[in-house]
Amino acid sequence: MMEEKGTPKSITLPETLEVFRNLKNAKQFAIDIGGSLTKIAYYSTVSFRRVYYAADNVDKNNDEDKDEKQDKFVYTYSEQARLHFVKFETKYIENCLDFIGENLVSSDERKGKSIKATGGGAYKYSKLIQEKLGLEVDKEDELDCLIIGCNFLLKNISDEAFVYNRNGSPEYEFQTADPHVFPYMLVNIGSGVSILKVESDSSYERIGGTATGGGTFWGLGTLLTKAKSFEDLLDLAEKGDHRKADMLVKDIYGGDYKNLGMHSDLIASSFGKVCPRQNAESDYNEADLARSLLFAISNDIGQIACLYAMMHSLKKVYFGGYFLRNRSLSMHTISFSIKFWSRGTVHSLFLRHEGYLGAIGAFLKGTEDCDSDKFSWLENYAGSGSNRTQLTFGKRVDQLELDRWESPLTFCPLLKDPSTYIPDTVDLNSDKEAREYWLNCFEESIENYVKYAIASQPNSTTAEKRASMFKEKFISRVKLLKIKPFAYGNLTVRGLLDTINQCLKEFDFPDPYLTQKRTENEYALTCLQTRLEELDSLDFEERQRELVMGVMAGNTFDWGAKETVTLMKSGKFNFQQARAQIPARPWLIDCLDQWVLKICNRLYKRVAIFIDNSGFDIVLGILPLAREMLRQGSRLLLCANSAPALNDVTHTELVVLLRQAAAICPIIAKGLDDGTLQSMETAQGGPCLDLSRLGRELANELLTVDLIVLEGMGRAVHTNIDAEFVCDCFKLAIIKNRWLAKRLGGDMFSVVCKFECCEQ
Amino acid sequence: MGPYTCKECSALQIMEKSHTKVISNSLTNGMSIRKSHFNGIVPPMPWFGMDIGGTLSKLVFFEPKDSIVEKTEDETQLLSNVTKYLTKNSAYGKSGHRDEHLQMDNVKICNRVGTLHFIRFPTSEMNNFLELAKKKGMAASVSTVCATGGGAFKFEENFKNELNLKLCKCDELDSLIRGLLFTVASNNNECYFWSQCTADEQCSKQEYTFQYKKYPFIVVNIGSGVSVLAVYGPNNYKRISGTSIGGGTFLGLCSLLTGCNSFDEAIELAANGDNTKVDKLVRDIYGGSYSKFGLPGELVASSFGHMNSKEKRAQVSREDLARTTLVTITNNIASIARMCALNERIDRVCFVGNFLRVNPISMKLLSHAMDYWSKGSQKAIFLNHEGYFGAIGCLLSFDERFKE
Repeated sequence: MMEEKGTPKSITLPETLEVFRNLKNAKQFAIDIGGSLTKIAYYSTVSFRRVYYAADNVDKNNDEDKDEKQDKFVYTYSEQARLHFVKFETKYIENCLDFIGENLVSSDERKGKSIKATGGGAYKYSKLIQEKLGLEVDKEDELDCLIIGCNFLLKNISDEAFVYNRNGSPEYEFQTADPHVFPYMLVNIGSGVSILKVESDSSYERIGGTATGGGTFWGLGTLLTKAKSFEDLLDLAEKGDHRKADMLVKDIYGGDYKNLGMHSDLIASSFGKVCPRQNAESDYNEADLARSLLFAISNDIGQIACLYAMMHSLKKVYFGGYFLRNRSLSMHTISFSIKFWSRGTVHSLFLRHEGYLGAIGAFLKGTEDCDSDKFSWLENYAGSGSNRTQLTFGKRVDQLELDRWESPLTFCPLLKDPSTYIPDTVDLNSDKEAREYWLNCFEESIENYVKYAIASQPNSTTAEKRASMFKEKFISRVKLLKIKPFAYGNLTVRGLLDTINQCLKEFDFPDPYLTQKRTENEYALTCLQTRLEELDSLDFEERQRELVMGVMAGNTFDWGAKETVTLMKSGKFNFQQARAQIPARPWLIDCLDQWVLKICNRLYKRVAIFIDNSGFDIVLGILPLAREMLRQGSRLLLCANSAPALNDVTHTELVVLLRQAAAICPIIAKGLDDGTLQSMETAQGGPCLDLSRLGRELANELLTVDLIVLEGMGRAVHTNIDAEFVCDCFKLAIIKNRWLAKRLGGDMFSVVCKFECCEQ
Repeated sequence: MGPYTCKECSALQIMEKSHTKVISNSLTNGMSIRKSHFNGIVPPMPWFGMDIGGTLSKLVFFEPKDSIVEKTEDETQLLSNVTKYLTKNSAYGKSGHRDEHLQMDNVKICNRVGTLHFIRFPTSEMNNFLELAKKKGMAASVSTVCATGGGAFKFEENFKNELNLKLCKCDELDSLIRGLLFTVASNNNECYFWSQCTADEQCSKQEYTFQYKKYPFIVVNIGSGVSVLAVYGPNNYKRISGTSIGGGTFLGLCSLLTGCNSFDEAIELAANGDNTKVDKLVRDIYGGSYSKFGLPGELVASSFGHMNSKEKRAQVSREDLARTTLVTITNNIASIARMCALNERIDRVCFVGNFLRVNPISMKLLSHAMDYWSKGSQKAIFLNHEGYFGAIGCLLSFDERFKE
């Protein structure tokens, strides 16, 4: 929603490094107080500047100097809803409540408002909350909240659930978004363990539990060691050797117990070697005890979970709570236990945000701001952190932020099999070489983004500072990902590009390539007439070939690709040169002949084109192709990003651009006029294309499409090269990355021209 | 589970030490002896069955009470020495102990009638045991002893070197089932249950007539670790589950938490403790019961759940900690046993193993858990010779009647 128009005067630095971000705008609260960890959830709106882009605006600036123009952008402020989650140790609850109390909106506004509270501590601390925050406390049932939270995460957050294989490659195997979530079993490991069977959004049952849980580990661990906190205990366990305290099969048998197929290293009796004292060399220390304890409890939980799953014939078991904390030792032990006892029939799945289930659920219970029929959510990588941030009073906390998208998102209806669709071509989890390359590549190219960001706001006194903060944030993220590639789910090129984009937005660089895009578009438009005449002079078949060549030449211009940037910066690289540079056929993937044959013999009723870059790409590549199809009698649907990403054409820009092109070409004008040429937004804001998250309106329109065209590296190669559709599909891209080209068996500027006919 | 194998104790090896003669069939009371790996050859006296577990070693000794004269002078002499030593004492060395109250009279094995004596000592004392056995000449005329448990493998060399004794290794679960079935069949009052276990004061031990010829039933053997077996017939069972959290865990944790040094001491401590000071109960979290899910306020929500709090730690005694350890481990075993029984659709569950020795607290807890969660449809059954079935089964391994 747009609130006001205006030019930027003073831009305040975003408080990105702070916890409890946007607290002043917090509108609604929920708190989940567990025995160990407390989670606070709140909803706020974040104000972002957007560049207001309209044709009038462009016209007005047309005759002014280029330098001047950069300052005359009109910004609008738009509000975006955001969910914040902060997790900290319950022992600091007073400090946290004080902090919130001090920073929250004035007490008048709080009057009569309430906070949803759940978790064991909801009873114990409700008075304290009321005192400190002046909010009424509404207690919500703990298990209800857990289930609501779990369903929300599984449906909304990419890569939420994963299988853990300690020795596997990849170590983390993330589950792709699957429309079928139910039924499943949720094992919530808090102080004790609750086991729940979930059959739908509205129905679940507590089928059992055990008192041997996180509290047992913590309590016994505290008695057996000097560890001061739960985390300390886990750290200790990682250093220990459980064989000093545990009696293994080999301690009893001297080797394997062959009759039962039990390996000599299996634990026969936890702590079984402690009493009577064995010989001195097997003396244990406190780390050994912590590890024995962790194994005993993790194994036990796995076994009991497995027994319940088998009793109720459930195949998928998710784990929530505060015990696991994504620690590999615990996850491995539980996975092993479940695999062992179920003989592989039950699958253990872990959640990236296991600790937040209750808080999310409590929050959702009291709000309509999260209605899944109206909105969808995207994890904000810039604001979420599995790395520990220091709170103002010096304690460690974790954060999670979810951005609300103002429309529900859904799968592209043209996908052949939505449940197996993966929007990423290269799996950076299992592919170490690819991972290293891309992380380094992004680290090196960040300087370009910084330069463009600063240049996009020449009059701002804070631009340089913000740009360097942006750089710092992104570089530290890359460093973290080098050590922990799975910190944010599946590591993909798409995710990295999204992260850059979100970080830029976070530091108030709403559209750093704006000037660039506009200049390029304007220049390209001046060449359009000539290009169209050139094409029209060719015979039909020849023209079809040349149109594809044109798309390829246009797609060479891409400010997102490291290697082309150098070429383009030289300023001597034009469309004709790009056209000439296209490698000789046969291309890396070459379906040109099939395409031409098809297009000569078939009229598509409706064609959807997912467009890529501004400038030559859209104007001289895509528009002539669209125009040709219009002329043949097809209806055209041009799909563009909703929010800016690099130099990609946004939907608002596309609208303006089409109007400008209409002034040049009567066919385009007629198309716009009679509705045979439409433009729509994709609901995406990154340079890639995730076909599992399209706006519902666009998805509805796509139902009648019989040809889908995906253009550019981000949309056709990084993400969807292997995607299969229920209609014909044409994927076009120039590979402007030497490494990727090599990977695919080609060279720099290799051509992907992949045409797939759908067997009817 | 594979078929029973006891390759080591082939008749051949027994006959190598040739002073044993084949015991003739003349003694049989009409029962024909079938061929088996013992080929009808019964080893010379004295007869032992040994179960060397992770923590405890159990020894069963058969004292013949019939008038049959042994085959050789040596055999007679040795038997008499051993019998005298074992039956005149109830403690051996520092840690050996005979459970006099478990002694079984008029037992018939291989057509001999006699008394079974039950002796136990910590496995960690194995070297002292071997020394004592050597001193007493217990193995002088014997070449082979049937043994089971992991120690039968682990200490095989020691037996050979110290006593020149060959261990005839029997599978521990086979022995367990064989011993259990034999004991239940021989003793009318072997089994019992705890009645009204929901109310502690009224809870009492009641004799139970176990229909041991009716299958299936579950056997939960709680030694250092735990095995859960489903028994479908005299020679048909499978190990369906188990856990490493067993008697060894109880003793180990208790010793760490209270400084105690023996099982009996740990149980003594536990008997005088209160776990509600250590455990977090449902009511500690919800102020009462969690009625929505039918969880009573007194139910333990988190074992040891109070112990991360410094204040709570200051208020607990060694006894409280011992009690909590016992309750935690017992409840956990009850959960696993109960669900295994449910998954197998079996309602009778026999709990055996030395963890239950002098341990009515655990037996009552197990009974209560089975009864409460199954609403009375599952039954917890206990046996007097709780920890000795493996050793008994081992002793029986050369008796044809127990072989298929």
